[in-house]
Amino acid sequence: MSDNRSTIPVGPYHPLQEEPEFWKLIVDGETVVDVDVRIGYNHRGIEKISESKSFDQSLFIVERICGICSSSHPIACAQAIEDICNIEVPERALYIRTITQELERIHSHMLWLGLAGHFIGYNTVFMWGWKYREPICDIMETITGNRQNYAMHKVGGVRRDIEKEHVSYILTRLDEFLKQLDMLKGAILDDPVLHARLKGVGILTREAAIEYSALGPVARASGVDIDVRRDHPYGVYSKLKWNVITQDEGDVFAKAVVRILEMFESASIVRQCLDKMPEGPIDSKPKDITPGEGIGVIEAPRGECFHYVKCDGTNSPVRHKIRAPTYMNFPTFRETVVGQTVSDATIIMASIDPCYCCTERMAIVDTNDKELLKAEDLIRLSQEKTRRIKEKLGVK
Amino acid sequence: MTIDDILKNINDHFGDRVLKTEKKSSKRAYLDIYPKDIVDMAGYIFKELGLRFNIASAVDDFDRIEILYHFAYDPSGVIISVRAILNDKDSPSIDTITHVTKAAWWIEREIHELFGVEFEGNEDLRTLLLPDDWPKGVYPMRKSFVVPKRDSRKA
Repeated sequence: MSDNRSTIPVGPYHPLQEEPEFWKLIVDGETVVDVDVRIGYNHRGIEKISESKSFDQSLFIVERICGICSSSHPIACAQAIEDICNIEVPERALYIRTITQELERIHSHMLWLGLAGHFIGYNTVFMWGWKYREPICDIMETITGNRQNYAMHKVGGVRRDIEKEHVSYILTRLDEFLKQLDMLKGAILDDPVLHARLKGVGILTREAAIEYSALGPVARASGVDIDVRRDHPYGVYSKLKWNVITQDEGDVFAKAVVRILEMFESASIVRQCLDKMPEGPIDSKPKDITPGEGIGVIEAPRGECFHYVKCDGTNSPVRHKIRAPTYMNFPTFRETVVGQTVSDATIIMASIDPCYCCTERMAIVDTNDKELLKAEDLIRLSQEKTRRIKEKLGVK
Repeated sequence: MTIDDILKNINDHFGDRVLKTEKKSSKRAYLDIYPKDIVDMAGYIFKELGLRFNIASAVDDFDRIEILYHFAYDPSGVIISVRAILNDKDSPSIDTITHVTKAAWWIEREIHELFGVEFEGNEDLRTLLLPDDWPKGVYPMRKSFVVPKRDSRKA
């Protein structure tokens, strides 16, 4: 062990991320040699709270797990309860669920793209990503009444219908978005600087992805062909034409490619849904809850979201287990970051799209004297690397 | 493999070590086993049959604790839940399956601190969610832990 080994505490609070998380990076000079993660700063005991709420209320509780996934969790929870009581959901409601799911995926991926761009010093990508995400939030507001925390779903159906006059608005905004996304895709995927910066960085091998049960885009970028939408069909995905995007490299670039291409698939799914949606009721109005246990799985933007509900016949669950996708993707971070440089650590962390809120301040603790690095400094390190690569390539 | 193939494979391989097989629907099944068989069972399901480890969830049943290990078979959309019942509520303990799949690393830490279940052979049972100064022997997800009521007049 060299004497240069030091610890960089990252977190627990970081204004750039959604949730607090604490990473302890052990570095030897510039190289990361080990990492430890501590979560729980934002633990709200939602599983316990859910046990004291009625089933209708628990859907609102799980919606508050994450502002970004506020369509995914309620659907998974509703599916688990529908699995217990064998409730049939009307077809129109399934279509509406699918539409909100896919719009959510687009806006989550755009949000990630913007942040990733910022981390490596491409603030243009950040500005574009977040600007072009706006039409999707507008569509969400039109459909559900809210840009986030939609309160759209309930056991046995959905709360609000998509009105006829909204369809043309949705399609116009979606077209507008697709045009911009197409431009963004070209700008990002053909950029030599981004190739130099992201390719071969933070590789998660296929074997490690299986060993850690990685999910969603993280697994698909490592060549693991899983997608809950296709494998455990829910909503109306089995009736539509779409592709599961996979890449083999497992590096940060592959993860970006998977997410960007997935947005095109999502937009196509929304279009098909609006086209095929039948008329009819949107709610089956279930009355009784039977004792039993049920499982609901859905593909959230970050991967599979898992809800297990056990019921004794009363109005509230005996046990409600929630597993968000990041819970499985987090531990893979150790596989990917060890051996990489500190300037790449930020983007590797960001590449799993964690629901975390990391650095407010970090400190490099030296035995001789103390040096304080703030969050901005780590991002600066990352951005300087991009600048160096740009100079080497002669790109302005 | 359909759900019947998976259940047949497991039953053939384990014989009467599977206490009960309950097929809830064409995509979901629940199996009861003895806690001592969990490593063999998880190893067979994960390594031989190639199922993906979803998550484990513990349930407090007042006089006992049951742990459900959920495994998903993605090609046919099946989820198998393996149930191990720990009858000794005072010092519940079960073997770790982190040697079978690293994906169980965090959830074992979580169940350890929230339910007080000891995972034999797991050396990394540090606190994951609770604060460092959380009192020993208090397990917030157990039914005996009641969330304190708050008086609005003291707000």
